[in-house]
Amino acid sequence: MTINETQDEIIEEFELFDDWADKYEYIIDLGKKLKGLPEEQKTEENIIKGCQSRVWLNAHQEGEKLFFEADSEAIIVKGLVNMLIRVLSGHTPKDISEADLYFIDKIGMSSHLAQTRSNGLASMVKQMKNYAIAYTP
Amino acid sequence: MTATEILDIQAIRADFPILNQEINGRKLVYFDNAATTQKPTSVIDTITHYYNFDNANIHRGIHTLAERATRDFEASREAIRDFLGASSIEEIIFTSGTTQGINLVASTFGRKFIKEGDEIIISGMEHHSNIVPWQMLCEERGIKLKVIPVTDLGELDMEAYVNMLSEKVKLISVNHVSNSLGTINPVKKIIELAHAVGAKVLIDGAQATSHLNIDVQALDADFYTFSAHKLYGPTGIGVLYGKKEILNAMPPYMGGGEMIKEVTFEKTTYNELPYKFEAGTPNIADVVALKTALEYIALHGKENIAAHEDMLLQYATEQLSEIEGLRIIGQAKEKVSVVSFVMDGIHHQDIGVLLDNQGVAVRTGHHCTQPLMQRFNILGTTRASFAVYNTTEEIDKLVAGLHKVKKMLS
Repeated sequence: MTINETQDEIIEEFELFDDWADKYEYIIDLGKKLKGLPEEQKTEENIIKGCQSRVWLNAHQEGEKLFFEADSEAIIVKGLVNMLIRVLSGHTPKDISEADLYFIDKIGMSSHLAQTRSNGLASMVKQMKNYAIAYTP
Repeated sequence: MTATEILDIQAIRADFPILNQEINGRKLVYFDNAATTQKPTSVIDTITHYYNFDNANIHRGIHTLAERATRDFEASREAIRDFLGASSIEEIIFTSGTTQGINLVASTFGRKFIKEGDEIIISGMEHHSNIVPWQMLCEERGIKLKVIPVTDLGELDMEAYVNMLSEKVKLISVNHVSNSLGTINPVKKIIELAHAVGAKVLIDGAQATSHLNIDVQALDADFYTFSAHKLYGPTGIGVLYGKKEILNAMPPYMGGGEMIKEVTFEKTTYNELPYKFEAGTPNIADVVALKTALEYIALHGKENIAAHEDMLLQYATEQLSEIEGLRIIGQAKEKVSVVSFVMDGIHHQDIGVLLDNQGVAVRTGHHCTQPLMQRFNILGTTRASFAVYNTTEEIDKLVAGLHKVKKMLS
């Protein structure tokens, strides 16, 4: 599945929810399902700065593809991160760095990209793209 | 009659147009007053009126508008003198806010009167703005910074403070009220003890002026600083009070127009107080509107406002305490209307996001007091802070909102 196909799939899933609570319960559930990182990988090096809650992001390459693992203290952030990983993980660095992440706005979560939230979703996206650029051959 | 009955809160709410709106489909509940209060129509109208009819640069102008702007600007200074109980308008300096007030004292009084080997005392519940300027000064000058510890209840350990005092201590800088905990600190006692060893005291009044009666002469404070926007006034304006003899002995803060008497390339002589510390064109409109904010408070009576807020604090403390797994951080005997809390197993950011979706605005995080959070071994709190226009019904919505948060996260 391409990055955009996964984004469209998520948008479709969110169309089922008619109130905010259902939407957030789903995100919270995604947060709970995210595997997270073992304690030894929650290092200063992997931490994403500028977040109200701490977020850790790790990347590794298998063949031509880049994979992400992440964790956070806050469950909603974790749910959002789960979706980002679902969209971006397992693609080539080139596809990741060029991706237009329109699904965030379409599912009504763009406020989480706003600076005031300081929850690091924007920093997270930036860091994922930085990894992709770093791994681009 | 209770303060709430005297005050007609519904009429007061009508004075704040911003409150009458929906956020995410719910009626806004604004509980972030310790960060900034909302502004009554009278304050907003003063700013509009100033720009529509009176705008001119103040002092020195001889035309009518300049006279009018100067008159209103200086009338505000007199209103603030009265508000603080200062003896002279020469002791009232306009700043951009509390942060600038503290930095001004650190840069001028600090550099001139505090030397290597001397000591400065702050407390463990200070805002970063009352920590960092002193750290910068201490690093530059080889001065030692000491910190009054905070007890489990969120009060200052006064015994430890007494033991810190010596003739090496030149300045104590503490807040009147803690922004994170709401604790009212015994500043009169702190000042009295400091003066006994010859030290000066700066009081950060940012969180106190909207709740407590301030009398700088009764306190015998050497410096007292606050921001207008936390007491129903505009942002970008604040006040530094300083005792006249100390301000006179201090060098100027910034150089420029207004603060000079005479300038030649060989030598500049400085203007008199308070203008010596007011370089450049000030924030005239907002200074004028600060007076309107003080009038708004006076109209309703600070005692009535404080009594209403106390009632809200008691009610919120009772209601929140009943939520299982919720722990209030800061249980000092003397508090203003601020309730900071943590919930078992729930990150404060999740609480903030989910309350916002229910129309309830609270503040979450470390509240610019990271050392205090470390003291309590927490990452941050959720803070609800109340103002004159808040109601018990709104607290009920917060409580219901928190039950919903718990349910969603369980």
